[in-house]
Amino acid sequence: MSPILSVRDLSVTFDVRAPGAWPWTPPGKLHAVSKVSFDLASGECLGIVGESGSGKSTLARAIVGTIPSSGGNILFEGADLANMDPRQRRVHRRDVQMIFQDPLAALNPRMTVGDIIAEPLITHEPKTPRAEVKARVRTLMEKVGLLPNLVNRYPHEFSGGQCQRIGIARALILKPKLLICDEPVSALDVSVQAQVINLLMDLQRDMGLSMIFIAHDLSVVNHISDRTLVLYLGCVMETADSSILTTAPEHPYSQALIASVPIPDPVLERARPRPVLEGELPSPLNPPSGCVFRTRCPKVQLSCADKRPALTDLGNAHQVACPFHAATQLLSVQP
Amino acid sequence: MLPNPATVESVAEAMNMAEIKGRSLWADARQRFLHNKAAVVSLIILALVGAFALFGGLLAQYENDFVDFTLIGSNAYKGVPSLETSHYFGTDNSGRDLFARTVQGTGISLMVGIVGALVAVVVGTLYGATAGYFGGRVDGVMMRIVDVLMSIPFMFVLILMLVIFGRSIFMLFLGIGLISWLDMARIARGQTLTIKNKEFVEVAHATGVHPVKIILRHIVPNLLGIVIVYATLLVPNMIIFESFISFLGLGVQEPATSLGALINEGSSTMQYGYYWQIAFPLFFFVVTIFAFFFVGDGLRDALDPKDR
Repeated sequence: MSPILSVRDLSVTFDVRAPGAWPWTPPGKLHAVSKVSFDLASGECLGIVGESGSGKSTLARAIVGTIPSSGGNILFEGADLANMDPRQRRVHRRDVQMIFQDPLAALNPRMTVGDIIAEPLITHEPKTPRAEVKARVRTLMEKVGLLPNLVNRYPHEFSGGQCQRIGIARALILKPKLLICDEPVSALDVSVQAQVINLLMDLQRDMGLSMIFIAHDLSVVNHISDRTLVLYLGCVMETADSSILTTAPEHPYSQALIASVPIPDPVLERARPRPVLEGELPSPLNPPSGCVFRTRCPKVQLSCADKRPALTDLGNAHQVACPFHAATQLLSVQP
Repeated sequence: MLPNPATVESVAEAMNMAEIKGRSLWADARQRFLHNKAAVVSLIILALVGAFALFGGLLAQYENDFVDFTLIGSNAYKGVPSLETSHYFGTDNSGRDLFARTVQGTGISLMVGIVGALVAVVVGTLYGATAGYFGGRVDGVMMRIVDVLMSIPFMFVLILMLVIFGRSIFMLFLGIGLISWLDMARIARGQTLTIKNKEFVEVAHATGVHPVKIILRHIVPNLLGIVIVYATLLVPNMIIFESFISFLGLGVQEPATSLGALINEGSSTMQYGYYWQIAFPLFFFVVTIFAFFFVGDGLRDALDPKDR
């Protein structure tokens, strides 16, 4: 089966000018996402994890098309979204929808909930009769667990969880094929998080959605996604089935990430050894040569600085961008 | 955890499925405005002044350009405000009924203020929102145009225009319209810069909404709070501006008049004891401007996002 979305060598760079620089001095390049490739099968959910500043949100926005990409291809059902002119792109936007982190900020405070949910429908199918728009908004509100008689209310009259449901309803009204969730639950408290995640999983199953789910909470990602992609400084470190990644991570960065998930038992939590990652995320303006993780890697070798390691396939769709991953024997030699 | 659709439906039916009318931010602001007594009183006064300008002419016993020759030379004792002669506000120096002239002057002054504010709201808001939304080079060029226009001494240009093309209400409106939108464009642009980075604008962009619709549907409604406040404070400024031009003798052409022109005439005869010739126009001028300022203040308090 051919993937619904395949991203090939996608890069996003931003021009950064030092304050007070001359207009003719060449701007610095910030590499937010560099040469990311992955495939997403139809109906699959891909989780993307990584610490803040790793380029998760930028990657999502480049796929949705609110940030222009600077290289590579985004093939959605064979059509290259990255190199389309704006008018063509606007037509294709109906199939890819997005859910945002801050549920209230993503809703226009001057519009009623009904108008907000109906906006994508009115934009892409402007000839739909009003009665049908209303009916579809109502069915969708029921589907996401909102009372349909709240259509005339305004966003500030809802709680965070309800606002996120409104955002989900808006994203789903056009029956998109791909849904991108950019940390949809980070701003919600834990009990509401579970509700929203279960809602997303139900909807994914019912509507056959493909999803990209971004989070910094590994347990959440593990719960919802079939496969997980680990991002560090805009580069893919490891991709694997979620269950494999959480139990047997191969890349030193993934191992550190998994090890940082707290155990909800104070005794066990205090007792376990913890590989601490030292230092800060390097500046994406001036990323390290070779492997971008080498400045903080506990298993760093001299050769790491030479060239960026390619993703090696370990079978089972498990790919690691480290020649010295846990499966190789070399590591046991190096303390 | 998740309420299943069946329960949602039954609960909704139990609630009679009555669509609850939401309270918009506008409704909230209206309520806060109505609690502000000074603002409400000012609004009523403004309505009365407006009614005076619109319908006062029906009460006047004389045309505004009718010269009462019987009074010439005896203005000081026959032209005083009185009900007997039907010159309610007395007469001016040429023996014309001051009541009719004040009605007309108030009307013209209000019109100048409102037209100036309207131009500012429509042109300034759209111009500023467009510049702010597109940003980058477009923004740079559009705002530099505003800077250039602002740096021209407009009073000088307006006076030249009035001298060259002749004094007419149209020229006055044109001149005021040219100036009034500049500040508004800057304010609207600054606000747009903060609004366009909000996620709901990004959502609209990601959904594929056309940029023109994004500006009209998502940005302008969120600008309006500040724009309205600024517009109500702009109206009295425009009235003062017009009065100043008229005071210089360059504003509205006789026999039409404005409050500024009337005050100008009144001030020249004040020393002869014709106090009413300045008192009545000045009263309407001051009351209108104070009322506008109080309404503007009330609106600012009502629409201020910090209160939410």
